[in-house]
Order: sequence, then structure tokens, then C-alpha cells
Amino acid sequence: MTLLAVNHADVIYQTEKSETEAVRDLNVTVDEGEFIALVGPSGCGKTTILSMIAGLLSPTSGSVTIDGEPVSAASGNVGYMLQRDNLFEWRTIESNVLLGLSVQKKLTDESRAYAVGMLDKYGLGEFRDAYPTQLSGGMRQRAALIRTLAFKPRLLLLDEPFSAVDFQTRMKVCDDVHSIIKNEKKTALLVTHDISEAVSMADKIFVLTKRPATVKTVFDIDITAETPLKRRESPRFSEWFDRVWKEVTL
Amino acid sequence: MNIKDTGLPCLMPRVKTPRQRYLAKRRNDKLIVAALQIGLLLAFIGLWELAAYLGWIDSFITSCPSRIVKTLSSLNPSELFTHIGYTLAECVVGFIAASLLGILIAVLLWRFVKLRRVLEPYIVVLNALPKIALGPIIIIWVGAGAQAIIVMTVLICIIVTVISVLNGFMAVDEGKILLMRSMGATKLQILTKLILPANVPALVNMLKINVGLAWVGTIMGEYLVSTAGLGYLIIYGSQVFKMDLVMASTVILCILATVMYLGVAAIERVTKKRYHIE
Repeated sequence: MTLLAVNHADVIYQTEKSETEAVRDLNVTVDEGEFIALVGPSGCGKTTILSMIAGLLSPTSGSVTIDGEPVSAASGNVGYMLQRDNLFEWRTIESNVLLGLSVQKKLTDESRAYAVGMLDKYGLGEFRDAYPTQLSGGMRQRAALIRTLAFKPRLLLLDEPFSAVDFQTRMKVCDDVHSIIKNEKKTALLVTHDISEAVSMADKIFVLTKRPATVKTVFDIDITAETPLKRRESPRFSEWFDRVWKEVTL
Repeated sequence: MNIKDTGLPCLMPRVKTPRQRYLAKRRNDKLIVAALQIGLLLAFIGLWELAAYLGWIDSFITSCPSRIVKTLSSLNPSELFTHIGYTLAECVVGFIAASLLGILIAVLLWRFVKLRRVLEPYIVVLNALPKIALGPIIIIWVGAGAQAIIVMTVLICIIVTVISVLNGFMAVDEGKILLMRSMGATKLQILTKLILPANVPALVNMLKINVGLAWVGTIMGEYLVSTAGLGYLIIYGSQVFKMDLVMASTVILCILATVMYLGVAAIERVTKKRYHIE
């Protein structure tokens, strides 16, 4: 079933000096339970596309719908995970994880138990009362993901969520995040310029053109291995990497 | 000492680990600094007294510690405490009013971008203006009394408060604001859940600056209009050439300012713990 539909969306930015066409005739559909990656050359307007899908920016023309309804940030349908974890230093991990629920006034005993349960399930239970500075980069990113999942968004947006994590932990965090998303049966849209990351995580890759961004090619990745790390070990991995890389750079 | 001796258990406690040595050194350093701080004060007082006693300086003009003590004990205590009460009340009321009002204005300027853009040049000019120049106007508008002194105190503190608090508000990480917006947060929620808590250190800093400025405002105000207060005592003392009274009032002022600063420092400790600031 189609969850997200971006139909003929254009975004034109107005600034004092000029008019910039960031997105042109973008068409993306994401089915429930899919893991999609958008890959494009740097500066292709990926962040603009994310803002649009998150309901923070309306397209100049065209439409963005979730379950057939136009998106809005206030609906709580979309969970946006940014490059940096952006945990609030003055809140405990538990209180950080409950942020979305309290903003959306959905904080009940039940929703709190759900969020705290996820902390336990994904190895952060003993850090409930710790502060973000006491956690490692990987743990912080996991806490940020649980914060996003806590208010049960229909769609998860991931904006290069691993770029701020150092290389050694990146693979591990990537595996963690992927398994949590699959485990919770969430639909996710990952935006990245790291092709290997996209190939190792996504079921489907949309390759974008450079600005103004539009979809150039769609690849169905048919590597069957379960986790991103195992996918990287698959012989098909480098094959897909090459195909996507050529498509991005051509 | 032969080899056998070193094996004796009674010698063991004398060996200090590097950690112990480091801690001992730190403790020593702290003691030395504290001793020097107190020593400096005592030396200053002692030298002052000695210089006056030996006639190196004219204690009629410079006063001296013993004369200050004598003046303080000769003052009618209830009268003295009335003066202290006036000054302290004016200063504290001005300080609290300026801090709260300044935060409120900063919140409004943060919230309403147009307002901020319109008022920007005015704030810059008001910041540059020596507020003391407004003294006569204040006296005519609000009357010569404690109210004029409070207004002066507020005026001196508030512009700096607005500027420094607003800067703190504007410096909050864009990523965190984007996160809040993506969760559907209203402007009020962004303010209360992000902007204000993120600025607790900046707000405490602002309080620290305001303690000093509030005293400037109060004493300046008292120089201009008052009929009571420590500033009044200082001005009165200098006019009748009672340097002992001037110095005694200054000493009391010093103590009050220190107490108030320690109060703010206590607030700082509490908020640091509460907001987990490193």
C-alpha cells in the first residue's frame, strides 16, 4: 500500500539576489514497510526534499501526501532524524526520548511505557537517567532514533544520520538503526550521498539528478542478506555499488 | 638502610602514589592561594593603619581602618540600617525588575522578527548612550525619590540584558530548532522546551553582570537624588568632608555587593546541577 506519494513537486526558492529551482517535477512513492534511499550528487537539494516531506516546507507546485492526506509537521506522521543526534544536554535520556510525545501532547502512561520499553529493548535501559554527554556517539544516535520512533510516526526520514559518527562506529550504528527500523516494521526514507550506505540498507534506491533535483533512475536492490554488514559482504554488493555510483556521477 | 629494611611493612605507608602526590599538591596550592588572599587584605589594612599612625598619610583625607571602625560604631544602628535597607531595596528591586523585563523583551524580540528588525538601531543607540545622562529627565518624570533610583538601576541594566539574552536566544542550534519543528512544536513550545533551557547558562551569566550594573545604577541614582541610602551617606560625607563616613559607607557597600554576588553564585550552582551544565 502506498504510504508516501510525492506528485510532480517543484520547489523554487526566492532570495534577494536570485530565484533558485531546487526541485523539479519530483515523483516518489513509498510503500508501507519499505526502506528507500535517495542518492544524489552533493548539493542536489536533498535537504529541501526532506523538509518538504517532513511538512516544514510546502512545494511551490505539486503535492506531498501521506495516506492520501497532505503532510504537516503537526500531524506527527513523520519522524525526522537529523545528521546530528541533537539530544538536549539538559534532559536525561528518558526525558529526551519523550520529547516528541510531550510536544505532541501524547504523553500518557502507555506511550511512556512504549518509549521506555524501546530503551530497554535496544540496550539503553540502564542509561535512562544518564545525560547525553555520558553516552558514546553510537548510543546517542540510537537514543535519537528511539526519540523519533517514540511517537509512532508512519514514515521515518533519515538525513545522513551516520555522517556525524566516526567511521569505526558508523558500520555498527548503521546495523543497529537498520535492525531497529526493521524490527519495529517502520517505513523509512534515507537521504545520503554515501552510496555504500544506501546499497547496504535500502530495498530501493532513487538516484537524483543535480539541482534542480528530479528522479533519474530507480533501482530495486535484490541483495537478500539481512543486515547492512552482511550485505556489504555479499558479492552483489560491489556490483550494485558500481551501478549506482555510475548513475550518480554520469 | 639495608635491603632488609625496605621490606618492612612499617615503611609502606610512606610511599606515595603519583595520585596522592598530585592531590596533596593541589591541596597545598589551594591553601597557599587562600592564605595569600587573606594576607593581602590584612597587609593592606595594616599598612593603611600604620601609614596613618606614623603620619605618612593624612588620615583626615584618607581616613584609616581604626577611624572607620570608630565611625561605624558611633553611628546610630537603626539609622545605619535604614540607610542600608534603602540602598539594598532599591538595588534588589531594580536588579530583579531589569532582569525579568529584559528577558521578556528579549523573548518578544526573538518571537517577532519584524519587531527585532525595527528596534535594532534603537537598541544600539540606547546601548551606547550613557544612561546617567537621563538622570534629570527621570527625576522630573517619576519624582525625586526611591522610584527614580530604581528607574535608573533598571535603565542601566536592561539594555545589556536584552542584548546579551537575545544573542543567547539567537545562538541556539538550528538543528535543534528544526527537530522541534519537525515534531510539530509551536513557537511557545520551542521557547519553553528549547530556547529557555538551552540558555540557562547565558541567563545566569546575565544575572552576574547585572549584579555589578545594578549597584552602579543604584549608587549613581542616590548621588543624584536621594535623601537616604549609602550613596547618600557617601555624597553627604564628602560634602561635609567627613572622609571617615565616606570610607565606612564604601566598606559596607563592598560587603553588600559581595553578598549579592555570592547569592547569584549560589543560583548558578543550583542551576548547573539542575540543568546538568558541565
